[in-house]
Amino acid sequence: MRQLAFAGVVAALVFATGVPATAAEAVVHQKGKSFDKDSVAINKGDSVKFVNDDSVAHNVHSRSSGGAFDLGVQKPGTSSSHTFASDGTFRVRCAIHPKMKLTVTVK
Amino acid sequence: MANRATFPKIAIQMAAAIVGLATIASTSAYSAERKSREEWKKAYERPSAIPFPKDNAYTPAKADLGRKLFFDPRLSGANYISCGTCHNPSFAWGDGLPRGIGHAMTQLGRRTPTILNAAFGELLMWDGRFESLEQQALGPMSAPVEMNQDMQTIVTELQAIPEYRTLFNVAFPGKGITVANIAKAIATFERTVVSGVAPFDRWIAGDETAISDAAKRGFDLFNNKARCAACHAGWNFTDGSFHDIGLADNDIGRGKQVPGVVAMQHAFKTPTLRNVVERAPYMHDGSLKNLFSVVAHYNNGFVKRPSLSTDVVELKLSDDEQADLVAFMKTLSSEDEPMKLPRLPAYDQTVAGSVSGTSPAAGPANEGMASTAPQQARSCNGFLQHWRSCAQ
Repeated sequence: MRQLAFAGVVAALVFATGVPATAAEAVVHQKGKSFDKDSVAINKGDSVKFVNDDSVAHNVHSRSSGGAFDLGVQKPGTSSSHTFASDGTFRVRCAIHPKMKLTVTVK
Repeated sequence: MANRATFPKIAIQMAAAIVGLATIASTSAYSAERKSREEWKKAYERPSAIPFPKDNAYTPAKADLGRKLFFDPRLSGANYISCGTCHNPSFAWGDGLPRGIGHAMTQLGRRTPTILNAAFGELLMWDGRFESLEQQALGPMSAPVEMNQDMQTIVTELQAIPEYRTLFNVAFPGKGITVANIAKAIATFERTVVSGVAPFDRWIAGDETAISDAAKRGFDLFNNKARCAACHAGWNFTDGSFHDIGLADNDIGRGKQVPGVVAMQHAFKTPTLRNVVERAPYMHDGSLKNLFSVVAHYNNGFVKRPSLSTDVVELKLSDDEQADLVAFMKTLSSEDEPMKLPRLPAYDQTVAGSVSGTSPAAGPANEGMASTAPQQARSCNGFLQHWRSCAQ
C-alpha cells in the first residue's frame, strides 16, 4: 500500500513537472569493441553511464542534432556519464570504433 | 590476389580445429588481453561469407558489370583514368605511390587506400567520410582532382555504348543505366575483391609448416608486446578504427569529419594488413618506405600530441623482434592467381562519327576511341590549361 502511495506521488510529480522526481541512470557497457545493447530508452533528465570494460580505449560521442556530446577518451576500467536534457532520438557512436552504435531514445 | 567475381562458387571457409599447447611469455602492456598463441589464433579464422547489403544484394550480372565499369577509363572525364588505375590489382589494389595521382597528373593529398576486403568495412576512405561502398564509388569519380567525371554526362556516355545498355538492363531490369546503378554495380564488384588464402591462413588451419618460426614469433609479438592487434584485429587485420598514430604531417584526417573530438584530430582509418607487403610505401601520407620503417615508427618514431592514440606507446622492440614482426606480415599475402582484366564494351560501330573534344581522349594516342560527349575538365578547361592553372 505504501509502495502504491509512493508511486502515486512520483507519478503526480512527473505529471506536474514533466520530468521524473529523481533522474534515473541507465548503464551501457563497452566490451569486445561493442556496446552491450543496441538501444536505450530513458526519460528526459536521465543519464546514461558508459562503462569501459574493454581492453582498449573508447570515445563515446553523438553528433545528433540537439544532443551532440563527447565523453572524450575513456581508458579501460573507467566510466563516464552523460545526462540527456532534451527529448528525441540520439545516435551514439564510439568515435574510435565506428562499428559501435547505440540509439538513445529520450521521452 | 583474389577476385571473388564468382563468389558463390568460392568458399571462404577455413578449418577451425586448432590444438596446441604453446604459450607465450608476454610483456604486453595490455594484460587484459593476455592469451596463449593458440587462443589468439582463434581470433583469425576467415569468415564464411561476404556481407552484401539488403538494398544491393549480390548477383553475378551486377558483379560482372561492376568489374567492367571498375576497369573502364571512360568513367573519367578525360577517359584515361579508371578506378583500377589507382586501385591496381597488381599492387594489391593500391598504386605503389606515396600519394595518388588524379586528373591531369594532380598529386592527391593521401596515399591510395586498397579496396581489398572493403566489403567488411564500416566507413570508407582514410577519413571515413563515406558510409557505404555505393557512396564511395561515386566520390572519386566525380572529384575534379581525381577522375573529374561530370555525373550528368556519364549516363549519356554509357548509353551510347550498346553492350553497356544490355548489361545494365540485365543487371537492373526495368531500370537500366542510372548514376545510382553505376554505383551499385561497382560496389558489388568491389565487395567481391576479397583476399585469398595466404600462408598465414594455412597456419591458422593447422599447417605448422606454412610459416617460419620467425613469423610465429612475430605473431606472438603482434598480439602482445607490439600491441598491433589492438587495432589490426581479426582475420582482416583491421577493426576499422580511427587513430592518430603520430605521423608528422598537418593532415587532420578524421578530425574534419568529427570536429571537436580531440582523439579524431590527425586520426585515420586502420588499414587491412592483408597483402600488405605488396602495397609499399605505407601510411596515409605514403611517408614510410617499407615494413621495417613502419615497425620503427611504432617502436619510438611517432609524434606525441594530445590526439595521439592511447594504444600507441613506445614498444622497446629489439632489432630481432622487429625483424620477426616483418617476417610475420610477409605471411599475409595470398597465393591465388592474379585477376584477369575484363574485355571492355566497344563503342557503337553502327553509325559514322568523328572524334571531338579537347581532352587527351581525343588526341593521337587515343585514335579510334570515339567520344560521345565533350570531355572537358570540370574545374579547368582542358588538359593543358588544367595543368597550368590548377597544378601550379
